[in-house]
Amino acid sequence: MLQTFFPLFLQLLMAGGLALTLLLGAKYLGPKRPNLIKRQVYESGMDPVGSAHQRYSVKFYLVAMIFIVFDVEVVFLYPWAVTFKDFIAAGSGLGVLAVILPFIAILAIGLLYDIKKGGLDFDS
Amino acid sequence: MDLSTAYDALGADLQATLSLWLIVLGGLIVIVWDAFRERDALIPVFAGLILVGAIVWDLFQLTAEPATAFYGLIRTGGFAAFVNLLLEVSALCTIVLSVPYLKRIGKDYAEVYGLVLFAVSGMMLLGAANNLVTIFVGLETMSICLYIMAGLVREDEGGIESALKYFLLGAFSTGFFLYGIALLFGSTGSMYLAEIGHAASTSTSAMYWSGVGLLLVGFLFKVSAVPFHMWTPDVYQGAPTTLTGFMSTASKAAAFASLILVLFYAVPYEKWTLAVAVIATITMVLGNLVALSQRNVKRMLAYSSIAHAGYVLVGIVAGSAEGYAGALYYLLVYTLMNIGAFGVLALMEWDNESGRTQSLDSLAGMGYTRPFIGVAMGVFMFSLSGFPPFGGFLGKYAVFAPAIKAGYTWLVVVGVIASMVSAYYYLRVLYVLWMKDSTDPAAMSNDKRVALTVPASSTAVIGFCAVLLLVFGVYPEFLQMAVDFFSPSAVSIAP
Repeated sequence: MLQTFFPLFLQLLMAGGLALTLLLGAKYLGPKRPNLIKRQVYESGMDPVGSAHQRYSVKFYLVAMIFIVFDVEVVFLYPWAVTFKDFIAAGSGLGVLAVILPFIAILAIGLLYDIKKGGLDFDS
Repeated sequence: MDLSTAYDALGADLQATLSLWLIVLGGLIVIVWDAFRERDALIPVFAGLILVGAIVWDLFQLTAEPATAFYGLIRTGGFAAFVNLLLEVSALCTIVLSVPYLKRIGKDYAEVYGLVLFAVSGMMLLGAANNLVTIFVGLETMSICLYIMAGLVREDEGGIESALKYFLLGAFSTGFFLYGIALLFGSTGSMYLAEIGHAASTSTSAMYWSGVGLLLVGFLFKVSAVPFHMWTPDVYQGAPTTLTGFMSTASKAAAFASLILVLFYAVPYEKWTLAVAVIATITMVLGNLVALSQRNVKRMLAYSSIAHAGYVLVGIVAGSAEGYAGALYYLLVYTLMNIGAFGVLALMEWDNESGRTQSLDSLAGMGYTRPFIGVAMGVFMFSLSGFPPFGGFLGKYAVFAPAIKAGYTWLVVVGVIASMVSAYYYLRVLYVLWMKDSTDPAAMSNDKRVALTVPASSTAVIGFCAVLLLVFGVYPEFLQMAVDFFSPSAVSIAP
């Protein structure tokens, strides 16, 4: 069992070894001439100003949460939608529609609550 | 495709679990209502009416035949109705007590009532589960609502501590629980409790027992048994008092009901009893001993709730129909005692920090100024310590007697000694309320206690709990009813 994975271990070892060799090589072989500008934090060419420990609004998380909810909804709806045609052909389309509607209604209520409470209002 | 039989089954299942759907629907309506008319005073009334409707429905279900619904995912009938009733009564009392309390501390968000309803729906799933997935869904629905309720006072450091501790530790315990479910499924190939039990009756593997162990860790965390109790005092102390009452009763009752179902159906009896007996012992001893040295009443009641989890575990250790029924009955009376005690505490609280910083002495002499709730507190404290003729005594008898019958006399001896110790700290509350004067004139002049009023609705709920405790102490009809849930005939109908 373990022997079949031997090439994999070998590859892991080589990947780790290569990274380590390059880092250590750069550390011991490379020239080091530091100055003030070089030792600054890299900020895409800007001067880093102020502390990094600042409070800022995380409104984005609300959008991300809503996105996940509707993402999951799609996961549920896809298999339902694929088989829905067969049910229509069999004449029980309305009943199957009635089964999925509460699910969508609950999600819609959640979205409604979110909008009314200002969850999507970025300015406030 | 002909789906008429499926629709018939769906209709029957929906009817059998109607109280659950009523509560879920009520929660959704509350949420929308609050979105359009924020903090509407009618929202708690509506939530209460929904719960009353569910209670009435479940009263009629008490005598129903045991069965399963939704392809065996959830139990219906007597056991489920009993647990549902307990949860609904607890939630109803909490809502009535919370309305004036939350208004006083300025946190009268209508979402609280939606959260209570959603939490109850999760608990009802948990307490009637017949499948590990149902247990998990119910557990998470319940827990997430409770995390939010614990942190309701989000400006107060105690509230933040309470919510964060509960959330982080709860998330870890969920991880244990989920891993246990995975191992049980891996070793038996089924998620249904009865099928797991059937597979385990022929042969068990190390994987199966690891799964059972991890599952037990998850459950014992939720019921705050030692050594998984560390979160309880901090969480209970920081949460709003009436909601603490809800947390300490309903969530424990649901988790215990689910634990009983798991142990009864999915695990062979002889193998787990000693482990649970040891946990029950240290839970009773440690809970009561640490409660002795608490100066804050909420913290003391938190340790007392740990100790009471130990008493319930004694009934479960007995493993007989009487033992499980005794545990259920104990949960019933414990719910009434604790909801009442936390309700009284909420009325005597004046530090604007959810009673977090109030010592026991700050309640001195309050029995005389508010005699009714003072007397009611007497009922709750005597009942909690197990004095006849209150429900607490009969509850303790109902869990201890089957354990003796099952040969766990040493466990019962520990339990009785522990509950004798508990009388000291319960009765000290009464001593402070009735026999101590707040004589310090400087404290009296700027006394915030004078301004505290006692709303009639809270008085009614507290009186209701106290009277019901007396009734349950002398009229053990529910105990006999609970025994029948585990009778061989009932078990054979709904495996």
